[in-house]
Amino acid sequence: MSTATTTNKASAAPAQNGRRHVKKSRKPSIWGVLAWIAALGFFFPVFWMVLTAFKQEADAYSDPPKLFFTPTLDQFRGVFETGVGISLMNSAFATVVSTILVLLLGVPAAFALSLRPVKRTKDALFFFISTKMLPIVAAIIPLYVIVSNIGLLDNIWALVILYTAMNLPIAVWMMRSFFLEVPGELLEAASMDGASLWTSVREVILPLVSPGIAATALICTIFSWNEFFFAVNLTAVQAQTIPVFMVGFITGEGLYWAQLSAAATMAALPVILAGWIAQNKLVRGLSFGAIK
Amino acid sequence: MTSVAEKTAATASEERIRAVRKAKNDSVSRAEGWRRRGPLLPALIFMIVVTQIPFLFTVFYSTQSWNLVRPGSRSFVGFQNYVDVFRDTQFREAAFNTVLLIVGTVLIAVVLGLLLALLLDRAFLGRGIVRTLLITPFLVTPVAGALMWKTAMLDPVFGIVNFVLSPFGVEQIDWVSRFPLAAVMANLVWQWTPFMMLLILAGLQSMPRDILEAGRVDGAGSFALFRELTLPHLRRFIELGAVLGAIYLVNTFDSIYMMTQGGPGTASSNLPFYIYQRAFLGFDIGQAAAMGVVTVVATIIVATLALRLIFKSFTGNEEAA
Repeated sequence: MSTATTTNKASAAPAQNGRRHVKKSRKPSIWGVLAWIAALGFFFPVFWMVLTAFKQEADAYSDPPKLFFTPTLDQFRGVFETGVGISLMNSAFATVVSTILVLLLGVPAAFALSLRPVKRTKDALFFFISTKMLPIVAAIIPLYVIVSNIGLLDNIWALVILYTAMNLPIAVWMMRSFFLEVPGELLEAASMDGASLWTSVREVILPLVSPGIAATALICTIFSWNEFFFAVNLTAVQAQTIPVFMVGFITGEGLYWAQLSAAATMAALPVILAGWIAQNKLVRGLSFGAIK
Repeated sequence: MTSVAEKTAATASEERIRAVRKAKNDSVSRAEGWRRRGPLLPALIFMIVVTQIPFLFTVFYSTQSWNLVRPGSRSFVGFQNYVDVFRDTQFREAAFNTVLLIVGTVLIAVVLGLLLALLLDRAFLGRGIVRTLLITPFLVTPVAGALMWKTAMLDPVFGIVNFVLSPFGVEQIDWVSRFPLAAVMANLVWQWTPFMMLLILAGLQSMPRDILEAGRVDGAGSFALFRELTLPHLRRFIELGAVLGAIYLVNTFDSIYMMTQGGPGTASSNLPFYIYQRAFLGFDIGQAAAMGVVTVVATIIVATLALRLIFKSFTGNEEAA
């Protein structure tokens, strides 16, 4: 596990610190065992979901629950036959396009609010974050009316716009914290050398904040892919995303657990994998960069 | 002496430069101001249009008697909707459930997250894998997560929870219908504990170790060290986690929609779900809008306090690091 090595490296960097950890890691401790038990407990529902996805319906409905069975791909095949492809495409489209829009709007805004602060920077920051504090329900009725009036009901672009608005405040705050870390001397040096603003942005700043841009994109991806409230209220058949597909699946097909598990696995897997790969960036992103 | 003179000269010239710059700034301040504001404006305008216009509409709708089931019934009724909202016992119940869900989930998730973070702060075999497994619930699509809790975990006949409890003489309990709010909360705690854990873990790892060492040399016990040094250091991480968790939990919808549909009756509906029911199943636009406005006003009051906490956390970045 690459993540394991990076964490160990990070915490072992100071010498005394390293000694402490090495001493402890030699003997298997009760705490390590406890941590493993907790981790397996928390992971269990996910494990069970994936496991059930490979069962036949009869195995999924057994009492006591079956751990050993002949795995089958029937459920995934079944889910594909019900047209999950369109929902996956819709989810992917809304996620990717809204994330790109968020970055296009959010990165310049964060730049304006950090390295070249404008008047009333604090007010602007406060406004962005305050939109996250408001319950979405208060806006859903007019949103429904507006969206249906401009003909975007059950149209994926409605979700693209709303997901952009949903993630933009987070992106502005996150990116601002990354921009603030760019050393001022570096910019001064660039401008001394006669670099134009655009050149120093391109040559100096962007390379430094690109990990931050990646982290921001990851967070936006997770939130957009998993979003349900807008999707269930503003889409129907054509523009339904994968969480909405799962709901329709239940009412339409009755409760086929194994097949439902296969659908749930397909819905959850892309984000789980992305999150696993980039887990070190997660905290920073989720705390809007407040935690370094 | 010379160095002092040089320094004074340097300061003087610096001051001159600054004065020139200031004058220059004043003369071009308008153009420069717009150039600086330029990158900010698209995002700002986008957010204002997408978030504020719908809210203004909500406020407008809340003064209308407007039920889609009765066409042509739309009329201005002033504050009547608000009067009805405050008389509505189900609304009060939903409001109470919302608070209960947020406070309960945040409290339990923070405590569990703290414990898990303390475990993970130690070195042991496979720590990276353990962390990876622990963060997974936060990544799972909430709809899928809620579905798994309802069926795989809490089902009366096939659920794992009853299976695990059966040797202890617990009869088959239909958890979701008997304890709907607790079932939803279990799902939310499962989903949010990893987030709290990650945040608190980041706090633990940013802690200067030499202070702990010094404390130990001075003969402080583990618990005293934890209470006097670790917990105060973690405070702002915990505060931030609680505030951010609460912000997201105000909008809890997926879990309730998938697990209980707000039922039985309205036992487990929170404000988002109740307003959704009113608007999209009851088609009572005016009522639902008034509820939305009341919810927003209440949230603004709480959020203003919460925001202060966040801002304090942000501005206190250097001193804590």
